[in-house]
Amino acid sequence: MITTKDVEHIGWLARLKIEEEQLEGYAGQMNSVLDYFGQLDEVDTEGVEPTYHVLEMNNVFRDDEVTDCLTQDEAIGNAPRTQDGYFKAPRII
Amino acid sequence: MREGSLKLRPYLDEVGVMIGLEIHVQLNKLNTKIFCGCPLDYHDDEPNTHTCPVCLGLPGSLPVINRKSVEYSIKVGLALNCTIEEHTQFYRKNYYYPDLPKGFQITQYDYPIASNGYINIEGEDGEIRIRINRAHMEEDPGRLVHEGGSIERSKHTLIDYNRSGVALLEIVTEPDIRSPKEARRFLDKLRNILGYLDVVDTTLEGSMRVDANISLSGGSRSEVKNISSHKGAERALLFEIVRQKNLLRRGGKVVQETRHFDEARGVTVSLRTKEEAHDYRYFPEADLGPIKVADWAPGIKATLPELPDARRERFVSLYGITDDHAKSLTSEKQVADFYEEVVIKCSNYYKPDESIDDYIQLDIAHFAAVWIADELKGQLNFRNLNIDSFKVKDMVSLIKLIHENKITEQSGKEVIRTILDDGGSPDEVVAAKGLLKAGGDIVTTAVKEVIAENPQAVEDYRSGKQEAVNFLMGQVMKKTRGRAGAKEVREMIIQRI
Repeated sequence: MITTKDVEHIGWLARLKIEEEQLEGYAGQMNSVLDYFGQLDEVDTEGVEPTYHVLEMNNVFRDDEVTDCLTQDEAIGNAPRTQDGYFKAPRII
Repeated sequence: MREGSLKLRPYLDEVGVMIGLEIHVQLNKLNTKIFCGCPLDYHDDEPNTHTCPVCLGLPGSLPVINRKSVEYSIKVGLALNCTIEEHTQFYRKNYYYPDLPKGFQITQYDYPIASNGYINIEGEDGEIRIRINRAHMEEDPGRLVHEGGSIERSKHTLIDYNRSGVALLEIVTEPDIRSPKEARRFLDKLRNILGYLDVVDTTLEGSMRVDANISLSGGSRSEVKNISSHKGAERALLFEIVRQKNLLRRGGKVVQETRHFDEARGVTVSLRTKEEAHDYRYFPEADLGPIKVADWAPGIKATLPELPDARRERFVSLYGITDDHAKSLTSEKQVADFYEEVVIKCSNYYKPDESIDDYIQLDIAHFAAVWIADELKGQLNFRNLNIDSFKVKDMVSLIKLIHENKITEQSGKEVIRTILDDGGSPDEVVAAKGLLKAGGDIVTTAVKEVIAENPQAVEDYRSGKQEAVNFLMGQVMKKTRGRAGAKEVREMIIQRI
């Protein structure tokens, strides 16, 4: 059961500010999503190997060979704020 | 500050210290990052010049794992006596912090590549075993520069993603470590093993980064981050023990929290408590398929070099040297290789025709151990140099000079110091400084003169004061500028008075 407190916490984790009056609405929606997935619990999975990936594909590798990099200008070109070739962000602890 | 952890030992036992370490090892001997082909030679380069859409987390980019990073991880896992798992896979660890641009780190979770290993280290009373819970692969985050210096005071954070996506192996121990000193020994041992495996250049900054979990009996644990050196680990842990001890003594409670080690000040500061702790919401990384490589293990195991412990035992049994010397010589692979080469070359010189079984000359092996482990290593450490600064052939010539009694031990030490400071070969240094042992005549003359000039000391010796002979020896050494053998001089003086 997702409470309005959970919604707030999930919002905080994603750095989203959720208005007070929206909390109830989101909690309801999240609960109905979870209920929907809950239907999976009804399926009998006795003796079925767990699926780790939807494609039956293991061991996809590349060799340890250098490829081209972006230039510094290309790398930081889209950043809202930069300084001396660095990305610049507010202080976060 | 707070060196000499030995003094603290009695009360460390009393308060029941438990320490577990997480060591992030950069597999920096690879050519490229873990999930993209960006090169690793970024040290000293401009920020954000070794990036691509994958390691910048740009939309639509697709990570593909570096095969060699998997091989290296298996190599380390095997050297740490771990099991290589049949099935291993990656997860997204979600957190909001600018050191990774994607909003998550690709790492491993409940299917690490290696688990259940151990390393033996020397404890206070003999060998102890530190268990390894697991070793898992992940990508290194970018480097943050906190403007204005410290993490607490800076206003902005500058970010360099050159390091972002470098292959890391995180090695997690069980809480089997009981003191800061043991922690340091564990880290030293781990570094030595990694050096033997040739997967990490441990001299590069940030190649081994340590987080430590520490608790005192009955208390919560704190996690200390940002430890960048082994000495730093010892200091940070000592600080934590004292801090937690004081808290408990004053009737306070240790709260579960993450603390940051401020190396310059030698203190730990609280970063966040459990209430604010991260909620990582791990889920499988669908961009990367599972990896099933347990069958690589036997092949990789066959390529593992002889590791420090095994080599140390072999040195003791094959060369007949002391365990202390063997330990000192085998801690670094390069030093061990240097020693063996010197012993073989010297043996070859003295006994070129012997069959291989009797090939090693034990006296030479012992002699070389003393000169390399005690003298050369000491002088190298003092100058912060490594073994590459001294040539094998110079050590061979030096050992011949001393072994054949052509120069004194005192002069031998001077030769090492001079070569390290000014260069040259042993023969050149000996010639330039006139270190060849003084001929018998010169020594005899010096002894005669000293006896004549110091009647009081001679009288003292005759009346039973043994130490007077040391004074007389000193005078002879002075006259011959140290080029006389101490033992011979002593015998000559005693014979004559």
